[in-house]
Formats: sequence, C-alpha cells, structure tokens
Amino acid sequence: MSLHAQDDPGLRHAQEERLRAAWKPPEGWLRRWTDVNNNRVGVWYTLTAFAFMLFAGVLALIMRTQLAVPENDLVGPNTFNQLFTLHGSAMMFLFAVPMFEAVSIILLPQLLGARDLPFPRLSAFGYWSFLIGGIFVLGSIFFNAAPDGGWFMYPPLTTRTDLSGLGADIWMLGLSFIEVSSVAAAVELIVGVLKCRPPGMRLNLMPLYAWYILVVAVMILFAFPPLIAGDVLFEMERLLGWPFFTAEKGGDPLLWQHLFWIFGHPEVYVIFLPSIALFAMLIPTFARRHLLGYPYIVLAAVGTAFLSFGLWVHHMFATGLPKISLAFFSAASQAVVIPTGVQIFAFIATLAAGRVIFSTPLLYATGSLAIFVIGGLTGVMVAIVPFDWQAHDTYFVVAHLHYVLIGGTLMPLFAGLYYYWPLVTGKKLSDRMGRTAFWMLFAGANLAFFPMHLSGLMGMPRRVFTYPSELGLGGLNLASTLGAFLFAAGVLVVVVDMALSPPRAKAKRNPWDAGTLEWLAHPDDEDWGIRSVPLIETRYPIWDQPGFVAKVDEGRFFLPDAEEGRRETIITSVLDARPVAVLRLGTPSFVPMLTAIAVGGVFILTTYHLYWWALASGVVALGFILRWLWSTAEIPEKPCKPIGHGLELPLYIAGPQAPGWWAMFITMLADATAFSGLVFGYFFFWTVHTGFPPPGAGPGAAWPMIALALTAASWGATLAARELHRRGGVAPARLLLGAGALLSIGSVGAGLAGPWLSGLDPAAAAYPAIVWTLAIWTAAHAGIAAIAQLYALARSLAGRTTPSHDADVGNVTLYLHFLLFTAVVAYATIGLFPEVA
Amino acid sequence: MIERLRARARSLNVTLWTLIVPPTVWAAHFLFSYLWAAIRCAKTGSFSTAPGVFWACTILALLVILASGWIARVQSRTPGDHPPHEEGTETDRLRFLAYATMLLAGLSFVGVLFTAAPVLFLSDCR
Repeated sequence: MSLHAQDDPGLRHAQEERLRAAWKPPEGWLRRWTDVNNNRVGVWYTLTAFAFMLFAGVLALIMRTQLAVPENDLVGPNTFNQLFTLHGSAMMFLFAVPMFEAVSIILLPQLLGARDLPFPRLSAFGYWSFLIGGIFVLGSIFFNAAPDGGWFMYPPLTTRTDLSGLGADIWMLGLSFIEVSSVAAAVELIVGVLKCRPPGMRLNLMPLYAWYILVVAVMILFAFPPLIAGDVLFEMERLLGWPFFTAEKGGDPLLWQHLFWIFGHPEVYVIFLPSIALFAMLIPTFARRHLLGYPYIVLAAVGTAFLSFGLWVHHMFATGLPKISLAFFSAASQAVVIPTGVQIFAFIATLAAGRVIFSTPLLYATGSLAIFVIGGLTGVMVAIVPFDWQAHDTYFVVAHLHYVLIGGTLMPLFAGLYYYWPLVTGKKLSDRMGRTAFWMLFAGANLAFFPMHLSGLMGMPRRVFTYPSELGLGGLNLASTLGAFLFAAGVLVVVVDMALSPPRAKAKRNPWDAGTLEWLAHPDDEDWGIRSVPLIETRYPIWDQPGFVAKVDEGRFFLPDAEEGRRETIITSVLDARPVAVLRLGTPSFVPMLTAIAVGGVFILTTYHLYWWALASGVVALGFILRWLWSTAEIPEKPCKPIGHGLELPLYIAGPQAPGWWAMFITMLADATAFSGLVFGYFFFWTVHTGFPPPGAGPGAAWPMIALALTAASWGATLAARELHRRGGVAPARLLLGAGALLSIGSVGAGLAGPWLSGLDPAAAAYPAIVWTLAIWTAAHAGIAAIAQLYALARSLAGRTTPSHDADVGNVTLYLHFLLFTAVVAYATIGLFPEVA
Repeated sequence: MIERLRARARSLNVTLWTLIVPPTVWAAHFLFSYLWAAIRCAKTGSFSTAPGVFWACTILALLVILASGWIARVQSRTPGDHPPHEEGTETDRLRFLAYATMLLAGLSFVGVLFTAAPVLFLSDCR
C-alpha cells in the first residue's frame, strides 16, 4: 500500500466498510451491555460516577439543612453520622477517583491516536465492578445500615461490633472491591500511555494529559494497596476477632490510621492531578498557543506524586507522635507547595502570553484555580503543627478540604465537561446556561465554605449533628446552608443544560479549533476510534502538521484497514514510540460483566457472613478469569501484517515489549505494595511494644525456611522451564512446570505449618494474628502460583503456547519473581526476625 | 578532567527510570528519617543532639541528587537541533527528559533540606 493507493475513493470506502464491521457495537437489549469499546464504556462510567456525585451531593444538602439553625431536629445523630460518612466516602471512592478513570477511558485513546486502550475488557470489568460496588455501598442508607464511622473509619469505634453495625463491613468490603477495580484501571492506563502511543509520539511530544494520567496511575499502584492491606486486617478483626487494632491485646488503633492515610493523602493528589490535567489541554486551546514550560509541568506532576507520599502523618498531628516525626511530615507538606505552584504559574504564564478567548470552559478553569489557591493557602496553614492542633477536627478543616476539592477536582471537571461535551456528543452545551451555572457555583461555594473558616476558628467541631444557639454560630451556619443550596442549584443548571443537549444541532468538527489529537473525532461518531493511526511530529499536530486531518481521514497514515476483520491497534516503544507490533484487541463479551458479578459476590456475601457462598462465588470468579485469560495471547494466523508505508509489524510479541508483560509487572507491583503494608504492620508493632515479638512464642525458624526453600525451588523450576522452552525443549519445560506447581503447593502447606503446628492463636493477641496474616498471604500467593504454572502447562498442551509464542510462560515466570520476593521477606520476618530481636 | 566527565555524563542512558532518580533519593531519605526517628524514639526514647548517622545519610542523599542533577544538566545541553527544542527528534527527547530530571533534582534537593531541618532545631522525642 502506498500513499497513492489511498487516492482511490473505492478503496477507501471498502476499508471503511471493513473497519466499521470490525468495530460494530453489539446490538439487542441485553447484548449491548457486553460492549467493551472505550467510547461506550467510558460514557457509562462517567454517567454512573456523575449520578453517584449527585446522590452524595443530596446527602450534603440534608446535612446542611439540619445544621441551618441551632438545635434542629430534622435528622437524628445516627442518621447524621451515616450522612457524613457516606457523603465523604462516596465523593472520594465513587465519584472523584472513578471519574478520573472514566474520563481517561474516553479521552486517552483519542489523545494517543489509538483505536482503543490495550485491554478493553479490563475497562469493562472495572466499570461493572464499580457499578455493583457503588450501588451496594450507597444502597445501604435506605436500610439504615450505612457506614457511620467517618470516611476514615477509625478503630476502635468501627472495629468493635457492639459500637458499629453492618455499615462498617459494607464500607470495608464494598470499597475494597472498588479499589480492586481502580488498580485494574491503573494497569490499563499505564500500559495505554507507555505502549499505545502513535508512531513518532516520543515522550517529549506526549499530550500533558497523558503525562498526568501516567503519574496518577502509578500513584494508585502505591497508594491504594496499603488501604487494601488495612482493609484485610480490619475485616480479620471484625469478622474473626484478630486483634490488630485492639490495644489491650497488643494491637494498636494507630496502625489503621497509618495505613489509611498512606492511602488517603496521595489520594487527594490522585484526584487533583487528573483534573488539573484537563487545564493543560484546554488552556493552550483558548490561549491560542503552545503551553509554556512543558518540562516544568512534568516536574510538577512527578514531583507532586513523590512528595504526596510524605504527607500522610499531617492527618495525625494530634495523635501524640514525637514532634520530630511530625516535623518531617510538616516539612514535606510545605515542600509540596513548590510543584503545585509551578504548574499554576505555567498555566497563568501561558494565558498571559497568549491571545485569550474567554470561553465558558476557560471561565470554569480560572474560577476553579482561584478557589483552589484559597484552599491551598489554608493547607499551608494546617500543615504547620501548632496551628493544626488548634484547627484539628473543626470546621476550619472542612472549609480547607472543600476549597481544595471543589477548586481542584469538581470545578475543573465542569470545565472539562463544557470543553469535551462536543467530543462525546458532537454538540456544544449552552454558553448562557454554562456561565449562569458557573457564577452560581462560584458564589455558592464561597458562601458555603468561607464562613466555615470562621465557625471552625470559633470552635465548631466537625461531625456534630447540631449545636447550641448560645455559641453564636447560627448566622455563619445559615450562610453556609444558603451557599450549599445555591451551589446545588448551579449543579442543577448544568444537569438541565446536559438534558437539553440531545435535540440541539451538531457543532462543527473541532469546535474550539484545538491542536491536539483528540479533536480528530468526528461529530458523527464512528466506533473505530481513529481512521488511520497518524505519524506524530509535533505537540499540536492539528495546528502544526500541514494537511494532518485530511491525511488521517483519508487513511494515509498507518493501519487504515481491518483486512482480517479484527479490532487492532499499534503497540510502540516506551521512549520513542517506534512501532513494535499490532495488538489484537478484545471484542464484546459477557465475561467481564460476569467476572465482576462473581468477584462482587465474594465481597458482598462475606459482608453478610455467608462464607461458603462467598467461597463458591470465588471459585466461579476464578473460572471466569481463567476462561477470560484463555482467549488472550492467541497465536495469530500469520506472523506479520503490513500497516502501510512499507512497514510490516509482528502480530505476536512477548516479554517486556508486550502489553501483557507490563500488565503483569504493574499488577504485581501493586500486590507487592499491599504486602509491604502488612509487613509494615509487623514492624510497627515491634516499634510500639517492648515485648514484641514475644520470646519463644513464634512459628519457629524451621517451617518458614522449608516453605522458603520450596518456593525458591518452584521459582527455579519455572525459570528453567522458560529457558528450556524457549530453546525448543517443550517436554522438559512441561515437566518442570508440573513440578513447579507441586513445589508451590508444598510451600503452601509448609508456610501454614509454622503457625499451625506451633499453636499460635490469632484471636489471642496481635502477634500471632500478624504472623498468621503474613503466612496466609504468602501461602495464598503460592497457591495462585500453582494455578498459574498449571495454566501455562495447559496452554502448552493445548498448543496455545509454543517455543516461538511463549508469552504465557514468560508472564508466569514474572509472577514467580514477585512470589520469591514475597516469600523471602515474609518467611525471614516471621521465621528469623524473632531470633534476631 | 571536567571535559572528560562531561563527555562521560553525556553518553549515559536517559530513560523514565533516570527521570525518577532524584525524587526516589528524596523518598529514600524521607523514609530513612521517619524510621530513624520512630525507632530511636520508640526503642531508646531519645536521639543524640548531633546525630552523625542522620547527617551522613542526609549529605549522601544531597550528593547523589547533586550528581544526578549535574549529569542531567550536561545532558540537557546536548548539541544538535534548533531551539525551542520541541521537535520529535532523538536529541530533543533526550534534552527534554534530562531537563525534567534536572528540575526534579532541584526540587528533591530542597525537599531533603526541608526534611533535615527539624533535626537542627529539635533535640528530644517529646
């Protein structure tokens, strides 16, 4: 195929027909929900997160109505506790984080000129998990069973079953399920940014949105797993009575606070950075120039990501830690101001240097920056320890966090809504309604939250359902309530604007005259994502590459056809985006949805103590996952295919070039982080208790060392299997995989034998509980290793893995590397550390 | 001598991994500081007024950050191609990554100083 071949309209038409057929969405009232294409899944995801936001907003309005006047009795204390807990939890877990994932699923493939993200079925799985978990958690309030311990769920209030009911379990298990789907989204987004860029889009040409998403997705890998580890400990305590957080049995409630805030503070930046990333896209468009300080923005994103992990204790300034520890975290909290300021100045400089068109999205952007800066300034105040002691747990903090989140997340998302609505629907939203709504939101937010600074400093504590009139807080609270309703009315105007959109006329293509790739989208949307995958030479190709849009549309770039009727996209190298392979993408299927239902079953049934049913659901989930995996890494019908311009790319790749390898690597990184959260728990107990580990009470050194030796042998067998297999030794490789599986199963037994035979009772004290937890975690991973080894063996026997197509064996080996690391740390900790200490 | 070092620095590989060297050093130093203080205070109830181990690690962290910043600065001035260095070329990609690394080195340097400052002023575990 040459450039000139594309001159033939007949050929182009035939290509379009083939692409259309390959990307045809499933039809029928049930089947349409099996869709996995990013344009649809992304829209479902966004609408669901938006609906959850409205729900959580209504909860806030009920609270504000209750607090409008002193000694009000609209709701009682019990309901009020549920309202603020659910409001905070839903806004964080069911709106802010999922919304960034949802928007990225829509935008990222467009921005990267990819037909879809590398694992479309994983996106669909993430969506269904989110939907099920979200309804489960939010629905609880209708049964008076919502969580009521605050969004951070501090023990012992929440771990003692006589003080808190089912709500705590619903929070813990429902949101754990959603955290799993967030990690799945992180895998998808990281691999998408690193491996699915169009040819030529080197790292220095990547849209800044993609930089932000890469950084945020990596943050999720390190921020969410500690909370998952905390959730595990928490539920073990609630359901089985293992006393991790019970002081009288050697536990410590502060351990939960550490694990929660190691997640909780980076989380703030996880939701702030993707929203600010929208500015990096829309500001150049309306400043009519390239963004100034591209490397400075990358500095800001990466720098914020790192520093944000050194802030968690600033939520714990009042817990009595040594001042020296508090001071470290106070210092890091001050330092994070630097990168945050840098990016804001880069935006302001771009606007100052450009010819600004003051559009509705830009109005939202500038307004939210103003609100965010106020929240940032009070943030610097509460980062100072003595000030924080005064303001801690007062409405001052409520004011601070709402300024940050409304200015840093919610309003930027509205800016993005007005900016990207034409991309998704082909139609513009109303400027008049948008501006009206903006001023209502802007005035409402300030009216609602500014008085809270004052009421907080006057002594109004957080999370109280009412207050006496003698305190003189009535006027300020009434103002806050009026502001909240004005803000809600603004949101309502936006909702009405969206509802009025369908009958409106289509806007022209690229209505804002932007320069980045996503605006190639046509108002009459096609499902194929992009007509041909372009060669990128600049940061703003639509502005700077002559005839760019026409060349894409006429299929003059890469992969303009779907000859084999398959959904495909191009895989490129990480640094320089050199074409590496053509990836065949997942097609519509019931499997992601069914897997989500089965995995959800595990969490939901456990909540109601239906353990056997939960186990059955887990087995079904494993079956679906294996069924799903079985269809991946298929051996293509031919080794290579041409993608135009004389380029021929392989249809199968394995190892560090392949998306599947990266997915395994990233997943295991998250897994290792969760594990390190548990190890942190062990050593945390060691620092706070003099008698930890109690002499002579441990599992001994022998069994842990035997378990470690068996794991190492299993790892060696798998490594040898990979090497022999690659050299054509199929039969010995199969034998080694089988032997590896047996060794893994052996290490499960040996790992559990230590605590079992030494009679450690996990319900008796924190020490046996944490030893059991580390042993079970490691043994469970060895069990998964056995399944993985048998899976690779089965693939080989079925002819789906061959010496030249060995991605499965490579990925299983990668898993075993991580297993070995886990086993070394876990067994050295429980087996050898008591000897040393 | 300096010229030879410069040539050596320029020939080093630049990737996403080298980009995160300076902030990773900050993170390692931060984690060390936190654990050092937590363990000292929990196990001995105090830390010395001139903690040698702490300052040695701080100086080491600063030196590593300085070195990576200096290498990045040299690499960010790799000749070839025209300003403003925003093209899709090998050199401009390298210059960009190196420049961002240099900026991160600056931030990380300040970050380590911030973290170390409390040890100058506080002298016990209260």
